[in-house]
Amino acid sequence: MNVKTQQKSAWRGWRGSLALAAAVLLAGCAGTTRAPSPQDPYEGFNRTMFEVHEGLDKVALRPLAKGYDAAVPLPAKMSVHNFYENLWDVSRGGNAFLQGKPREGFTGLGRLLINSTVGIFGLFDVASEMGLDQGDEDFGQTFAVWGVPDGPYVFLPVIGPNTSRDLVGWGVDQYFYPLWWHVDNVALRNSAVALRAVEVRAGLLPGDKVIEEAALDKYAYIRSGYLQRRASQVHDGNPPRRDDN
Amino acid sequence: MKRLFVLLMTACMAVATGSVALAQEAAPDALVKTVTDDVLKAVRQDKDIQNGNTQKTIALVQTKVLPYFNFNRMTSLAVGRDWNKATPKQKEQLAQQFQELLVRTYSNALSSYRDQTVRYKPFKMNPGDTDVLVRTEVVQPGGRPIQLDYSLEKTDKGWKVYDVVVAGVSLVTNYRDSFAQEVRNGGIDGLIQALASKNKALDSGKGA
Repeated sequence: MNVKTQQKSAWRGWRGSLALAAAVLLAGCAGTTRAPSPQDPYEGFNRTMFEVHEGLDKVALRPLAKGYDAAVPLPAKMSVHNFYENLWDVSRGGNAFLQGKPREGFTGLGRLLINSTVGIFGLFDVASEMGLDQGDEDFGQTFAVWGVPDGPYVFLPVIGPNTSRDLVGWGVDQYFYPLWWHVDNVALRNSAVALRAVEVRAGLLPGDKVIEEAALDKYAYIRSGYLQRRASQVHDGNPPRRDDN
Repeated sequence: MKRLFVLLMTACMAVATGSVALAQEAAPDALVKTVTDDVLKAVRQDKDIQNGNTQKTIALVQTKVLPYFNFNRMTSLAVGRDWNKATPKQKEQLAQQFQELLVRTYSNALSSYRDQTVRYKPFKMNPGDTDVLVRTEVVQPGGRPIQLDYSLEKTDKGWKVYDVVVAGVSLVTNYRDSFAQEVRNGGIDGLIQALASKNKALDSGKGA
């Protein structure tokens, strides 16, 4: 197959999925009595994606995470977690600088240096023990500080809830994540991505029951929780008070 | 000179009566600390609760936590604008059902408590304040601390919590969207019905 036909079939594939997405969107919108939430204009589409996600989670992600959680001893789980988190300090520190918070930025860099060396490639979070707390910045928040509005809410399978702004920010952060793009061995990289997905999901297991029991409408509960959480993160834990009715 | 003396005396008396009034009711930060320590101590001593005995945990929350919450205010915040459409009877039913749901959620979170500690952040308030925020942090080994804040308001029965905010997410206003939707679909009675059947499903152990 030459390059041109390859491109053509790729485009056909794209067109196919676009048509599918449009159909799903229309199907989702038709026949709902829901008044649109101002932050979620594509609610029908998002709810469909949420159902897809729930299905995937039920048959694959959750069982894998539960298996991982049960099979791997706690110190090993913590080291896996620390290893991935250590490399995220690149993004957390960098974004702190981009938001004009040099103190937090240097803390991030210091953590990266200490944990990568004394902490043996990040397996141990020595920096936290030393009182260098992990920051909480990402590119979505940097965009927000620069004045980019939330944009419509988007729910995607596996990736989860996002505002449009944070979805782009998430992409930027992933792009700069050292492990994804600086490992040439594709099989190794894919395994690393898969392990991270399972590891992150395992960390969320304790919350499953709480959300399941608390929510009248799980989709709306997660959406509202996500949007509140992001507003809080953007304002470093001190969001402006909401109006009380 | 005499005038100065009178002024000084008045000031002293004002301070004295002020401190008496303060001593009569626990300050909001002290209240949060006492209740939290009390509850965590009870959980630590109770194997049944640690093993997920829901009935026992709920009983603990009802006796030790509920008296310090203002569920009417919480419910009105969760319902939002539609609250004014409800009759007093409906308001009472809403508050009762919402309380049942929140107590269960809170009890569940409590039974997953292991060896986290709570750190109290510096608290300051002005003498006349009637609405304050008490900030705490749940520190867990090997994890980032989770911010846990309580909003309290002053009532005639002392300070009462009307919102709990976990990592920036208000457990109360998080219900607004779904509550508003239920009211749109079935009115206030529809919302009461939805909450009641949710509680019933949880009671029979079906979960969601």
